Parts: sequence; C-alpha cells; structure tokens
Amino acid sequence: MNFVALKMLTGDRAKYLGLIFTIAFCTFLLQNQTSIFAGILKRTGSQIGDVTDAEIWVMDHPKTEYFEQTKALKDTDLNRVRGVQGVEWAVKLFKGSPVARTLGGKFAVSFCLGLDDASLTGAPRKMLLGSWERLREPDAVVIDQAGYLLLFPGEPLRLDQTIELNDHKANIVGISDASAPFVSWPVMHTRYSQAVNFVGRERTQLSYVLVRPQPSVAAKELCRRIEAQTGLRARTSNQFRWDCIRYYLKNTGIPVNFGITITIALIVGVVVAGQTFYLFTVENLKQFGAIKAIGVTNWRLIGMILLQAFTVGIIGFSIGTGMAAEFFNFFGQKLATRGIILLWQSVALTGGCMVFVMVFASILSLRRVLVLEPAIVFRG
Amino acid sequence: MSAKRIPAVQCRDLRKDFGEGATQVQVLRGVDFDAKQGKLTFLVGPSGCGKTTLISVIAGLLDSSGGQVELFDQNVGQLAANERILFRRKNLGFVFQQYNLLPALTAAENAAVPLLAAAVRRLEAVDKARSLLVQLGMEQRLDTLPSKLSGGQQQRVALARALVHEPRLILCDEPTAALDHVTGEAVMELLAANAVHPNRAVIVVTHDTRVFHYADAIAHMDDGRIVKTESRRQTEQETPDFDELAVRT
Repeated sequence: MNFVALKMLTGDRAKYLGLIFTIAFCTFLLQNQTSIFAGILKRTGSQIGDVTDAEIWVMDHPKTEYFEQTKALKDTDLNRVRGVQGVEWAVKLFKGSPVARTLGGKFAVSFCLGLDDASLTGAPRKMLLGSWERLREPDAVVIDQAGYLLLFPGEPLRLDQTIELNDHKANIVGISDASAPFVSWPVMHTRYSQAVNFVGRERTQLSYVLVRPQPSVAAKELCRRIEAQTGLRARTSNQFRWDCIRYYLKNTGIPVNFGITITIALIVGVVVAGQTFYLFTVENLKQFGAIKAIGVTNWRLIGMILLQAFTVGIIGFSIGTGMAAEFFNFFGQKLATRGIILLWQSVALTGGCMVFVMVFASILSLRRVLVLEPAIVFRG
Repeated sequence: MSAKRIPAVQCRDLRKDFGEGATQVQVLRGVDFDAKQGKLTFLVGPSGCGKTTLISVIAGLLDSSGGQVELFDQNVGQLAANERILFRRKNLGFVFQQYNLLPALTAAENAAVPLLAAAVRRLEAVDKARSLLVQLGMEQRLDTLPSKLSGGQQQRVALARALVHEPRLILCDEPTAALDHVTGEAVMELLAANAVHPNRAVIVVTHDTRVFHYADAIAHMDDGRIVKTESRRQTEQETPDFDELAVRT
C-alpha cells in the first residue's frame, strides 16, 4: 500500500508541490536565520578566537564583561599574573579604537590590537599579503582585508600604504585574513608600545593579559588560581567567547529580532504545511473510506499517512537545506558576510522542527481518517 | 438435486439503531435476510428504508445493535475488529454507487488495490488486475486515470476491483444509479456474467427497476424490515428453495 499512498500524494500535484514548497522555504528560513544568528553572535568573540598562542585571558573584575568593553588593568597586574604558579608565560595586550584615515580622506573607526613588543603574541597567523614579523618595523600595522577594502575601496591589495591612526602615521606592512568582528570596522594589529601611542596615553593602558599555562596545568585550573591570587578575572578563550555571546544575548535586541523571525517561520511552516496536508487528507476521505472498507487496517492507514507526510517532509527539507547551503556558499565568499556558515546544529535543529511540523500535520489528518466510518463509502 | 450449501449471508433479527434516548432512530428493526452462493440477490426498497445500513452491517462496516449476521457460517459480530477487517479483505468485494476509485491510480492500479491491501507484490497484483480488466472489455484503457474514463468505464474498473481478489461475497450499492440506461444494462450484464459464481454470492442494492430482470432473488425492504422475498430466475445449479420465498415480517 506504500505505492498507493505515494501515488495518492503525488497525484494531487498542486498540493504536493505546495507542501514541498512550504517545507522547503520553512527549512531555508529556519536554517538561514539560525545560522546567521549564530554567526553574528560568534563574531562578538572573533578576535579572541584569532589569538591562538594564549589560552587564558585575564581582565579587570568585574568591569570587563565582553571583549569590546575593557577596563584597563594596572601595569603591575602583568607581573602579579606571571607570579601565579602554573603560568608558562603571560604577556600584555592592548585594545583600542582609533580612527583610521587614508591620505585620500577616507576614514573609519577601527579595532587596534597592541601586541606584546617582544613576542608579538596574538599576531594574525593568516596573512594574505606581507608578514606579521614586519610588525617590529617602526609605525608598522597589519590590517585585515575587509578593513583595507573599506579604507581603499576598489584598490588592489598593496603593502606600504600610509594611513593615519588618530593623526599618527602608520605604515601597512601586512594584510591579514582576520575573522570578521561584530561591527564591520577594520582590524589593525600593531605593537603594544605603538598602539598606546596611536590611541593616546592614559594613566593605565593594559587591556588584557594573555596567558599560556604550563603543559601540566589545565587552563581552567589556572584561571581559578589567577582569580584567587590576583582578584582579576581569568577566562579561557572559549569561556571568554561565550561571555561575549551571553552579553550580547542579554543586552541587545538581536535574539528578539531573530527569535521573532524564527518563530514566525516555524508557525507559518506548521500552519501552512499542517493545513495543506489536512486538506489533502480531507479531500481524500472517501478514498480512505474505500480503502478502509476494502480491508486496510488502521495501522496500515497510519503508515500510509506518515509515509506521505515524511515523503514531502524529507523532499522539502532536502530542497530547503540545499537552498540554504547554496545561500551560505554564495554569501560566504563576500567579505561582509565571511565566516557565517550553515551550521550542522542549525540543520539538525531545523530537521527536528520539520519532524514536528510533519508529525503535527499527520496527527491532524490521522484523527480524521481513524474516526472515519468506512460505511461512508455507501453514501452517494 | 445438488447438496445444500451453506448460505453466503444469513441475518437473523438484525437491528441497528442510531443515536440514543429521545433522538434514537431504529433503522433496522429485526431483519431476516439470506443470500445464497451462486445467486444474484437484489435488495430493493424506498429511500431511507435501511438498505444501505443493512449492507454496511453485513459488510462489517457498521456494528449491529442486536441480532446476528453470519457470513459463510461465520458470526461476523463475534470477530475482533482486526479479524473482521481481515475477513472483509479476504471475502468481500465492493462496488459503490460513486465508484470511489483513487484518482491518482490508473484503471489497472485501482483494480489491484484489494491485492495490494493483502500485501501481494505490486507487479503481480497489477498484472492480475490488467487481465481482469481485459476480460471486462477495458483493454484500451488499462493505464488511464479515472478522470479520463466514462461513468460506465469507471464502474467496470470498480467491478474489476471487487472481483480481483476472488471474494466470496460481492456487495454492490446502486451500481447503475449514476449511469444511463444503456450503460447501466451493460454494467449489470458484466456483473451477472463475471461476478456470479457457484461459490460466490452477489448482493445488489438498487432502485433501478429496469435491471430487476438480472436478479435471481429480490428482497424487498421497507421501514427497516424485509417485507417480501421473491425468486426471479432459476439457475442450473440449484432449484429454488420455496421456503426462502416466504414473506418475512
């Protein structure tokens, strides 16, 4: 009877295609929105993830809550952290936001990361042009590709371009492939001593201390020790990224905006798919009655309806996932949307939602079929 | 005289009520009805007299409120719901007034549905249905959808569907009601020629007096009872049982 169920389903072309279209677009919308949502939130900690040399970030407690909002530490804090047992090494990191300006007059606020002068810990490892080792040169900065194209629109990537950072001359010695930040500002890497000059001297400048634990010490354990001994806040890279995500979830309208879209997509999917499938069943009630009269059991009918529901569900879900994959493949190549990918978690979550949609639609239909008196077939 | 065979259908004091209390309606009021194997039995009577309810109860599609139905000596009322469905699948064939063909299936596939329901392999089931449709003069329309068939052709497909699994009892509900006279005659001709079989009974509910001459026996029904039973034709296999012709009230 599976053959009969599938023929019944595909026989009504309009409803069959309508169901597939609904499921496909619902899938696409859910995967699209959840992946973009996750991608945007992931960007809140992009610069944390780009620092691969250190595992622990030490910051002011409790004022520094997320990457972009820093309360400067005292210079002596660096040595206090270095004094904690289990620290392999600890270096300073500065984060500021100078205005970058080109000779042509184009300007933009930027992220400026000042790296430890001696070790250059935190330097971008993915270079598109030039070398991060050249950061040791005077006035040297490495800029990310998106930032370069923002400041030099339409120009090819070229080294040794001169820009101003808060009226200080800076020379581009490298172009990096730094991860996209939450806001589309250029990401500049330079030496610590130079960065504080770009931004302007304040009483305290140290934004973060980057720490590498000794091989025998777990990062979380070292965080606990640093916090206990210094009173500062110490987080592993992963914990700090999640702190940033939580901060934005709690303090911005992003989750509400995306949540509304995702909820509406789910509701529309449930309602339209459920209603269409229900109508499909109701219009075929006499046929189901005839099948019942002929001697098909209720279990077999349940199997037929679930087969119909899951056939359109799987086809629609596959098409929707294909559309979403193509969407992210296309926009992943754009600078503005780089790094936002279709997450497997999003595919799995949407798959779960679609199973819910089709089970809901099936239950509506099954109810009608199961309570159907097969004697209906004798009514003219 | 041939050995007396078990009746195909035996209803005794059969009752069926719908609703409860003040709104209760008694549709069957103690029906005694027999249908024999090898006979084409017509069930006739005015609208609302309970004919359709009676064949629904005989088919096991409705539960009776009282009395007894035996099909081939099997008390259908005593069967569990699932057993009743399996019994129906194996032993009963249906021809409906509105054909009730599945619009997405071709004529051959529609006719194969009872075999598919019995888990016969699709190719085998459709092949058998095709042979039967050829026998019924549908060789040109085997792969045609019901929407492209005339009423008479659809009823032939329905007839093939009722016969394909070789059931022992065929129940036809107004098989000619939606057809013009000529087509109705043709369908009845096919029914009489192909459905009636020594080991099978055919019950036809009809209003159409023009096809009464096909009946071996006619049971007249009124107000929820069989009021008269008459024999119309005498088959070669069996002499009429005059006791059965007695008027039941």
